[in-house]
Amino acid sequence: MNSAAHPGLVLIGGAVLLCLLRGRARDAAVLLVPLAALWLAWEVPDGALWTTHLWGYEIAPFQSDRLARLFGIIFALMAFGGGLFGLRQPRRLEMPAAFLYAGAAIGVAFAGDLLTVFVFWELMAIGSTLVLWSAATAPAYRASMRYLMIHLMGGTLLLIGVAGHALEAQSLRFAAMRPDSVSHWLILSAFLVNAGAPPLSAWLPDAYPESSWSGMVFLSAFTTKAAVYALLRGFPGTELLVYVGLFMVFYGIIYALLENDMRRILAYSIVNQVGFMLVGVGVGTEMALNGAAAHAFTHILYKALLLMSAGAVLYATGRRKCTDLGGLFRTMPLTAACGIVGALAISSFPLTSGFVSKSMVSDATATGHMLAVWLLLTAASAGVFLHAGIKFPWFVFFQRDSGLRPPEVPLEMRLAMLLFAVLCIGIGIWYEPLFSLLPFPVPYEPYAAAHVVSQLQLLLFSGLAFFVMLPLLRRTLTITLDVDWVYRVAGRAVVRACTRLLSAVSHRLAARRASAIGWLAAAARRYHAPGGVLARTWPSGSSALWMMIMLLALLLSGYLV
Amino acid sequence: MDDHWLTRPATIKRLWIGFVAVLGTSVLAGLWMPNEAHFEVERVFGFHALYGLLACAAMIVGAKALGVLLKRPDTYYEERGDE
Repeated sequence: MNSAAHPGLVLIGGAVLLCLLRGRARDAAVLLVPLAALWLAWEVPDGALWTTHLWGYEIAPFQSDRLARLFGIIFALMAFGGGLFGLRQPRRLEMPAAFLYAGAAIGVAFAGDLLTVFVFWELMAIGSTLVLWSAATAPAYRASMRYLMIHLMGGTLLLIGVAGHALEAQSLRFAAMRPDSVSHWLILSAFLVNAGAPPLSAWLPDAYPESSWSGMVFLSAFTTKAAVYALLRGFPGTELLVYVGLFMVFYGIIYALLENDMRRILAYSIVNQVGFMLVGVGVGTEMALNGAAAHAFTHILYKALLLMSAGAVLYATGRRKCTDLGGLFRTMPLTAACGIVGALAISSFPLTSGFVSKSMVSDATATGHMLAVWLLLTAASAGVFLHAGIKFPWFVFFQRDSGLRPPEVPLEMRLAMLLFAVLCIGIGIWYEPLFSLLPFPVPYEPYAAAHVVSQLQLLLFSGLAFFVMLPLLRRTLTITLDVDWVYRVAGRAVVRACTRLLSAVSHRLAARRASAIGWLAAAARRYHAPGGVLARTWPSGSSALWMMIMLLALLLSGYLV
Repeated sequence: MDDHWLTRPATIKRLWIGFVAVLGTSVLAGLWMPNEAHFEVERVFGFHALYGLLACAAMIVGAKALGVLLKRPDTYYEERGDE
């Protein structure tokens, strides 16, 4: 066993430490533990670092290569940014829960075998549920229960799949698979559940927006991107993922366009962005896989930035609905500016991180001559600007004057936003360091003049469509039904109907039973009560007479037979 | 109370003029670009501009249509005893 320290376990150890510390020491730990994990993830050498045997299978709980390191680094960086942003969060449970969650995500990234993946997969579900609980509101608790049910189901699918795979392949090594057996399908579905894929995408916009102002910053990063990582390693080039990804891309746009809650808009947009990554995984060429991995990396940064900006607004105003917000740029200029940087990055504007990563995915479909997929992705890129790039900043910070004049948020929150805004622009300009971390060599130049101009045309005219059609986008106090309706309304109605039916049947049975018991009791009383025929005291003479009659009957029957 | 320079009608008019100028420039810039298109359709003048505009219009109308079917008051689940 190698002496290298596991960055994920360092974060999980840090979570325990945070429960014990108070005050300055705790604040220092919140910032230093993720930095230590980041440094460790950066320095991890290639190859299997810890190996052991379990039930005759080789287990590698800590193993690294370029892909694992890329995700380990971004998860640790995210834990640092989220920790800085949430430093003033008064709920004491949230930060340790978030560190457990982040550590588990890093554990998935550095897992060399499927059993380790499963263990950290479940720890992620527990950590994220605790983050939701720490919001300490009744809607958050109910949403967390629905969230937990979905994820425990996903975990069960994974466990059954892993067990089946171990039997078939006689190995637990986590390597590329094909969806060619029941167990591989189960593993693929478990990964897709966490990725927010249909038909269960609704868990994400249902649960995440109920977390605290800082909680959703963490939640946006780990579960879905760990699933993207698992798909990159487990199912590269699986064509199905192209279609699943395309569905998610448009599902996210359409639902976000209809949504009124600013954080739910961003939640739908997570599904949309993961859709782009899944298309990359499904295309499966080196460039497409690079693109998916790079997009996961940049997405974690700009989505966290967008949610920090939304979290700052929630912190300052206590409001989440676009219909209640507007005009906040006056008193929260930094939050607005950082939100706009995040919005430009998610829209893949040139000079932002989203541009250099998303271009790789869509160019991979173009070089593969997949015209239909390319056209759909290009339309979707325009749609991203529409639903997240303009809609979020416009309705929250501009739109109309809501009369709200909240002060700018505390220093730690501003610093976290600034750090991530700088990273979003920095990676957009100096993309070489990111490219050097990608799993395959990158013979790709994102800033070809023609590409920049066509991207600008696409985005600017999407902006024109937004402002021209603004009356159609007016916010209303509504939600949009999704698949969660099945288990929140239909399922509940079915359970209620079954309960009513069962209770009616059991009432009737109870009534029958009562009358049967009553009859038996009456009969027993009639014959056995004092004075009843069978309980009466008989004279011994009559007993002797009866005895004699019976003996005579026996004698006669002996002669007759 | 609303006297911020960004919200004055004159500023908004100027912003629109600037926006339209940028839109025009981006389309015209396409004329001088080397042709590295992967697909024939990309060679059409102003393709990305037109496609972006139409795709967004289609998505907005599509969302609106779906909204007719699926939108509910935001107290929908509370009224059903769920929240």
